[in-house]
Amino acid sequence: MKELVVISGKGGTGKTSIVASFAALAQNAVLADCDVDAADLHLILEPRVKQTSDFIGGKQASVVTEKCIGCGKCEDVCNFDAVFFNGQANDVVEKTYTIDPIACEGCGVCTYFCQNDAIEFKDTVNGQWFISDTRFGPMVHAKLGIAEENSGKLVSLIRKETKRIAEEQKKDLIIVDGSPGIGCPVIASITGADIVLIVTEPTLSGKHDLERVAELAAGFNIPTLIAINKFDLNPDMVTQIEEDARKRNMKVIGKIRYDKAFTKAQIMKCSVVEYTGGAVTEDIKALWRNVTYAF
Amino acid sequence: MKIAIASGKGGTGKTTIATNLAYVIAQMGRQVQYLDCDVEEPNGHIFLRPEVEKTEQVTVTVPEVDLTKCTGCGKCGQLCQYSAIVSLKETVLTFEQLCHSCGGCMLVCPEKAITEKQKVIGFLDQGNSGDVNFVQGRLQIGDVRSSALIKCVKQKINGNEVSIIDAPPGTSCPVIEAVKGVDFVLLVTEPTPFGLNDLRLAVDMVRQLKLPLSILLNRSDIGDDRVHKYCQNEGINIVTELPNDRRIAEAYSSGQMIVEALPEYKKHFVKLAEELEVL
Repeated sequence: MKELVVISGKGGTGKTSIVASFAALAQNAVLADCDVDAADLHLILEPRVKQTSDFIGGKQASVVTEKCIGCGKCEDVCNFDAVFFNGQANDVVEKTYTIDPIACEGCGVCTYFCQNDAIEFKDTVNGQWFISDTRFGPMVHAKLGIAEENSGKLVSLIRKETKRIAEEQKKDLIIVDGSPGIGCPVIASITGADIVLIVTEPTLSGKHDLERVAELAAGFNIPTLIAINKFDLNPDMVTQIEEDARKRNMKVIGKIRYDKAFTKAQIMKCSVVEYTGGAVTEDIKALWRNVTYAF
Repeated sequence: MKIAIASGKGGTGKTTIATNLAYVIAQMGRQVQYLDCDVEEPNGHIFLRPEVEKTEQVTVTVPEVDLTKCTGCGKCGQLCQYSAIVSLKETVLTFEQLCHSCGGCMLVCPEKAITEKQKVIGFLDQGNSGDVNFVQGRLQIGDVRSSALIKCVKQKINGNEVSIIDAPPGTSCPVIEAVKGVDFVLLVTEPTPFGLNDLRLAVDMVRQLKLPLSILLNRSDIGDDRVHKYCQNEGINIVTELPNDRRIAEAYSSGQMIVEALPEYKKHFVKLAEELEVL
């Protein structure tokens, strides 16, 4: 079983549209949407959810107002500016402490040091994750709660479940839709993957972001391939990206032309390769062939 | 006035809007600051081409254990929620990448065997691009402490000026760090199903933070009318719309400012500045 992770550095380069097309072209694949804080793959693949589970990402502290003695120890020990002296009065004091759930990092230090056991520390549900069926096979995806944390942990969970399903159903390929950037969810998506495909665009921003994300992938020693979307936007930049890639021992294995079919397919809830038989679909098919050769 | 430019979906034009807006505000004689809080992939410098006058390292505090003082009581490992410090029989291991700098292990150690150590997570650049005061954070590649770095970038906000904060994409911790405490959030989106889905998430996030918001619709003539309908239903104002002009995409691709390469678009940014009441 092989795992392909599609990332981009820069957002909006076409990762999800390309992953949806790969899903249509691949046979025997399990799909995972690891762009958990702005997941879009489900809009194309229309998964039928078979199983929903809560995602418990960590813990959160909250003050039990009746027990608070207003000593302020919690505020002293909190490194995240999450404690406020703005709570209601109780039998003991005029004002009590509260904890801002958005600012709380779930470290538990305030709970430990509270002299009156007035701070609860409970598991928090940060979102939901789903096992679904799509017209192209099983898919694991998630919805991170609004303003929630632990996206990296959720990504690791999704990948683990995807692997389990792939093993159970004897699928030989996993295709992961990753997130933009180079931070925690991206690191969680590529750690231990077999191949990373970076989708970029021929713009200075795309090139700059590609350099950073390529360096990240190189640090993990994962074979990395590059695809350039909207290649006809700026031919000079395509040449520069190809030269940079060569220097890094990475290969540009596909180029996709700019085509309104990307947007039109989205509106029709289908992948580009399902939407049109045109030249852009040939570009994507050629890219997919080169990805499969790489395995 | 502090304005955050955010989006949910990546690649909708946050940086284009933020840099051109800062540029136009400066042209109109206001003191303006541009802060690139997309520290994982900062791109504002490509367009503003600032002269960076000062670069400083940004560090976070991680634990250092003096094993000669450690009695192996294990309290540090029990308190740590992130598995960043693990107490074994003979030794204590620290995993700096997992540390959130809560300081709990240092406080809980009865032997005072754990002290603070600084770990570099990225860099903070400050300079000027013409009349625009420029600040950016650059996360060290391989590091995960985006939010801590964003916090440092925002500490450079100068209250006397208009501050434009270029936020990262998404809706999770780094975005919240970039957006919280601002006076206004401008969400940049495009009229596509992905744009709408991620806009909804971004709107929910901004509302959770109880901040006022408006929308800028980019590439307004691609896609369909569902973003318009959504905004109408939700009572959200679309401040301005920019068309899908290949010349904009080409100027962007080579790192040019839209208002310089295509002056006819300056009026859009002037209107935007007026609507945001920064002039």
